[in-house]
Amino acid sequence: MDQVMRRSLSVLVNNEAGVLSQVSRLFSRKGYNIESLAVGTTDDPEVSRITIEVLADEKHIELLCNQLRKLLPVHSVKLLNPERSLRRELILLKVKTETSEVCNRVIQVANIFRASVIDVSPTTLTIAMIGEERKADAIVDLVKEFGILELVRTGMVALERGTDTIYDVTKEKGEFDYGKNVL
Amino acid sequence: MQMTGAKILVECLLEQGVDTVFGYPGGTILNVYNELYNYTDRIRHILTAHEQGASHAADGYARSTGKVGVCLATSGPGCTNLTTGIATAHMDSSPVVFITCNVTEQTLGKDSFQEVDITGITMPITKCNYMVRDVNELADVVREAFAIARGGRPGPVLIDIVKNVTAETAEYTPLPRELHTTQGRLGALVKRASHDLKLPEPDLGDVDKLADMIRHSEKPLLICGGGVVRSRAHQEFLKLAEKIDAPVAITVMGAGGFRGRNPLTTGMIGMHGTQASNMAVDSCDLLIAVGCRFSDRVALDPKTFAEQAKIVQIDIDRSEINKNVQTDHHIIGDAKRVLQLLDERLEQMDHTPWKDYVFSFKTETEYDEGGHTLTPKQISDVIARLCPQDTMVATDVGQHQMWVAQHFHYDYPGQLITSGGFGTMGFGLGAAIGAKIGNPEKTVIHVTGDGSFRMNCNELATEQYYKLPIITIIYDNRTLGMVRQWQTLLYDKHYSQTTLDRGPDFVKLAEAYGLSGRRVASVAELETAVKEALSCGHGYVIDCVIDMDEMVRPMVPGGERITRFLVD
Repeated sequence: MDQVMRRSLSVLVNNEAGVLSQVSRLFSRKGYNIESLAVGTTDDPEVSRITIEVLADEKHIELLCNQLRKLLPVHSVKLLNPERSLRRELILLKVKTETSEVCNRVIQVANIFRASVIDVSPTTLTIAMIGEERKADAIVDLVKEFGILELVRTGMVALERGTDTIYDVTKEKGEFDYGKNVL
Repeated sequence: MQMTGAKILVECLLEQGVDTVFGYPGGTILNVYNELYNYTDRIRHILTAHEQGASHAADGYARSTGKVGVCLATSGPGCTNLTTGIATAHMDSSPVVFITCNVTEQTLGKDSFQEVDITGITMPITKCNYMVRDVNELADVVREAFAIARGGRPGPVLIDIVKNVTAETAEYTPLPRELHTTQGRLGALVKRASHDLKLPEPDLGDVDKLADMIRHSEKPLLICGGGVVRSRAHQEFLKLAEKIDAPVAITVMGAGGFRGRNPLTTGMIGMHGTQASNMAVDSCDLLIAVGCRFSDRVALDPKTFAEQAKIVQIDIDRSEINKNVQTDHHIIGDAKRVLQLLDERLEQMDHTPWKDYVFSFKTETEYDEGGHTLTPKQISDVIARLCPQDTMVATDVGQHQMWVAQHFHYDYPGQLITSGGFGTMGFGLGAAIGAKIGNPEKTVIHVTGDGSFRMNCNELATEQYYKLPIITIIYDNRTLGMVRQWQTLLYDKHYSQTTLDRGPDFVKLAEAYGLSGRRVASVAELETAVKEALSCGHGYVIDCVIDMDEMVRPMVPGGERITRFLVD
């Protein structure tokens, strides 16, 4: 139970200045390094969704969730169940391809991983791939020998499988926040 | 109506029923002060000697009246001087709205004169904060800020307004406070998640479960925490305690939430808790903490704290549940409402054998009756005997704070004003000023030590100017007593940088500020001085000379089992 593992949190927040630093501050205060972070607006342009992954045990992640729920710009916090959620991230890789033979081999690897080649220059190839961290690690291992010039990850984004959402309709009692009650 | 931002701000303060503000002017907040000049008949501004004094005064005002305190300061050093006061209010859940102005939009972010990112700085020490850069949003933000400072678990909120906004004009429509939640930001907040934002009605299933646990308990113990004071739930708490016939241990922040003279009181709990309180924690079978967050000064060692008992936490803030101590059950809600609901479900109980056991331990520390020097207990006794029973006490931090928390008996919420969470030395005088302004009919005494008093004694100027007859009582041991006590007990008597063998002469200092003072070294001298102070009609400083090696007793070292008394 009290095992330290990678945990994913989905957080709905107001899309306004300073919110991200309020959220990330709660993690740094207790010395948690954010392993992955992705932010973007939702179907409502005034609301952003943050996906955060940290290494933490169950007790501390619960405390963090409660602290997050207390922040005024935070609408909703969901701790995602790893078995019942979908996690994806986009990786861009720029590889050195000085000969056409190398170029072909990189394209082959990309095809196997269903990655797409999105840019070519006489000596480089840039590929984009969507996946989880294991898939990303595997492709990195394979193209490493050719020379990786740059690598960038978007950070993990995640949703629950099936009909569950972060919204109130599917929330359980403990996920509602009473601490914020401001009126 | 078209108005400048400054005028909108002041009108919004009136909407909130604000009639007193504390503050200090400066360059960027000039427009607001210019507007306050036109409102002097409706808003009283108290000018302190230093912004920190203003922040503590607004805090003391809020704690003693239950209203929201308001504090103004200018940009840069003005607002950074508030930060200790903001953190103090935050740790003790005191509702204060801090209003600061920043440089103009054009000069923002350019390291301009007196510019600082105060919303960034105060992010961890406010319930929330705002930067207003559009005059059209100003009224809306002020309304939300007050609602948040006051609502739920109260706390400080900061509004930073860029200077040009205070000069620009916008349409202002007055809106009575009851309607604030129907529109604007607050309206959206309520719509966004209505279940989040009301005072939560406690879950009745949770209440039933606790009622059941109480019925099955033979050795129940109640802890009265700061939440009882903030929620003014003292009557409900008393009713419940008498009904279940349980001993009550009181935290420093809970002082006044349960009458100190009630026969069910075991006294203070924790590091300097009484034998009865701490032994009760260690032997009860059900511990019910109301509005108490089990800080490290109460639950010294969270693992062994009441490990034999079922622990139940009643708190308005969900994030406090299981934070410090793992509980067996909890109820989220306002203390007042939860206690009412519990009371409805229970019938009169009798726990005489358990009470007999608990009260076989001491509920007060026994002190030697002193030799030739004045003792802390004698000082407390004289004050308690000569001052009215409803005297408000504002303290600084250290030994004197613990002595008055232990020796005085507090009867109502807000009677003891002390920095329990943040432990801010220098808090007391500002807080006493705020308490006296908010409660002019009450006697207010400021209890301090020579170390704490030296920090912010400049506010004697404020006390003198506004003719506030506050009595300052210095427990003068010429050392930082609490630190010295630790050095004596735990650091081989290495008195590193704690001996205060230096000035000033506090009596002369009081006189320099236009007040009176007296140095006393005996009970008789103290009595004369207190009588004089009570009748003189202005501020008075009594410098009580006590022994350097007086200790706060009992004491349990930090991190230890609550019954492991280092000194009795």
